[in-house]
Amino acid sequence: MAGKGILIEGLSKRYGSGDTAVDALKKVDMQVAPGEVVGLIGPSGSGKTTLLKALGAVIEPTSGRMTLGGEVIYDGGWLIKDLRALRRDKIGFVFQAPYLIPFLNVTDNVALLPMLAGIPNAEARQRAAELFQALDVAHRAKAMPSQLSGGEQQRVAIARGLVNRPPVILADEPTAPLDSERALAVIRILNDMARKLETAVIVVTHDEKIIPTFKRIYHIRDGVTYEEAGEGVLA
Amino acid sequence: MISLAGRDIMHSWGKFVFTGMGLGLLIGVTLSMAGIYRGMVDDAKVLLDNSGADLWVVQRNTLGPYAESSSIYDDAWRGIRGMPGVARVANITYLTMQVRRGERDVRAMVTGIMPGRPGTPGWPPYLVAGRQITRGHYEAVADIASGFKLGERIRVRRNHYTVVGLTRRMVSSNGDPMVFIPLKDAQEAQFLKDNDAIRQQRRRTAENPAFNRPGVPGLLEAVIASQSTNPYVNAVLVQIEPGHRPERIAESIRRWKRLTVYTREQMEEILVGKLIATSARQIGMFLVILSIVSAAIVAFIIYTLTLGKIREIAVLKLIGTRNRTIAAMITQQAIALGAIGFVVGKISATLLMAPIFPKYVLLEPMDSVKGFAAVVVICVLSSIIAIRAALKVDPAEAIGG
Repeated sequence: MAGKGILIEGLSKRYGSGDTAVDALKKVDMQVAPGEVVGLIGPSGSGKTTLLKALGAVIEPTSGRMTLGGEVIYDGGWLIKDLRALRRDKIGFVFQAPYLIPFLNVTDNVALLPMLAGIPNAEARQRAAELFQALDVAHRAKAMPSQLSGGEQQRVAIARGLVNRPPVILADEPTAPLDSERALAVIRILNDMARKLETAVIVVTHDEKIIPTFKRIYHIRDGVTYEEAGEGVLA
Repeated sequence: MISLAGRDIMHSWGKFVFTGMGLGLLIGVTLSMAGIYRGMVDDAKVLLDNSGADLWVVQRNTLGPYAESSSIYDDAWRGIRGMPGVARVANITYLTMQVRRGERDVRAMVTGIMPGRPGTPGWPPYLVAGRQITRGHYEAVADIASGFKLGERIRVRRNHYTVVGLTRRMVSSNGDPMVFIPLKDAQEAQFLKDNDAIRQQRRRTAENPAFNRPGVPGLLEAVIASQSTNPYVNAVLVQIEPGHRPERIAESIRRWKRLTVYTREQMEEILVGKLIATSARQIGMFLVILSIVSAAIVAFIIYTLTLGKIREIAVLKLIGTRNRTIAAMITQQAIALGAIGFVVGKISATLLMAPIFPKYVLLEPMDSVKGFAAVVVICVLSSIIAIRAALKVDPAEAIGG
């Protein structure tokens, strides 16, 4: 079961070396509790994508410490050998565009993840079906991604992020292509699922219409983060 | 586990099927080329089988009668006939030429056979229509591939022949249909000159004081007569009695008759190893080129298809798909493309290409099995470039930024 959230301590990332070195992250501290959804906001080039990639174990930080789901995964170096398995089992991704696999139907797009983790087909499909019920896309379970609306696609993408019941969800501008109503619906779903599954969720966003929904917001500028209390208004 | 390759193929089946059909036509040509080679080897073996001979007696130090010209006296067979272990012997002539039918020429191997009965070496072993040659002159038995019909009149040199029988799969090693005529007619056809040439030769002989000497009556006539006849044949075919070893009898003929003798194995080696060797090498080169072209096409298609899925591959890698799963997806797609191509190729080679080729195309099941294995190997190798491209994809590309 998911739990124990995200803890980042003094995380830094430097690209290049010498005179051309760029510090994308400068001793970033961040904490997200299980069941909490926080916003990560910053202008382009501020380091938010770098932070997301470091949290997603697709780039290696330069220094610091990261704890996901109660397990220290980075402390000056990776403590986990199989980063692929780490991403599969502990991190759920939701992207700006849904990036569903176009040649798999909705169920298979979601059930593929647990199957990759070695979970039997029937159980993987069962998990997907449960999420479809919760996300109100059960009636589209056999459709191909190209047959879905933008909102439906994004809900399926959220189901894919949640299906392995990871302790952490990293959402990269998940509402960018959606109108206000659908954007708020997506955030509502993320909040509901986070609470239900005790998942810590970081939502990177520029989207003004969803910023008021966060109770806590991390601002990032020039690789430095600072925390701010949000309105936490979710109609 | 979900078959990613299978789902992708089902999703974009039109692309796969049409690409597979294009590849299939190329594979069809490749299979046909292999079939042509097999056909040539089979033609050579059929020529030897149908001759009914165990030994071929030819001019000394030649590879006759098929691979080189060979001339031996037409009475040499008598001496061979009396040797121990020899059952039957027969003179034979072979002459590849244009046989005229009406206004059209047909390239054929005109074969002169001795009078005898069915089973005589050199005779067509079976007919599909008509009868064997029974008269001493101007009758012919033709292979059905020549297009000649029973009762039809054909012209060989200056003489006309009536087709009295038809046979099947009687062809030269080049695939030319055989036309059997009586030996004497064939000897004449090999030697026959036009009237002007005969007149000129006679005049030159008469003007030669060595042949037209006063006081030697009959010398000039005798010389001219010898110039007008052909006492040669190309080979003597020998059938041996059961229980005798061909090599021993061959050795005996070599020693006593001072002629060259080939056994069945040696003649097969000459035909397959020497006569059609150049053609075989040529076909081999074509097969290599076609294989390379096929590999390049498969590699290009699979690489293009993979590049079209870079974002999906990045997502798959980000969500934890193993490299080997992605590599297997690409390899399976390449193999599926090859399989579609092979099925189309096999069908097109069998039903479309083989029947219209002028040469005999022999598509052997084992060649198809080997061809399929080669297609699979080519497809696997061709997918390597695409796999390398896929494995280089950074999962971070899915996140963007």
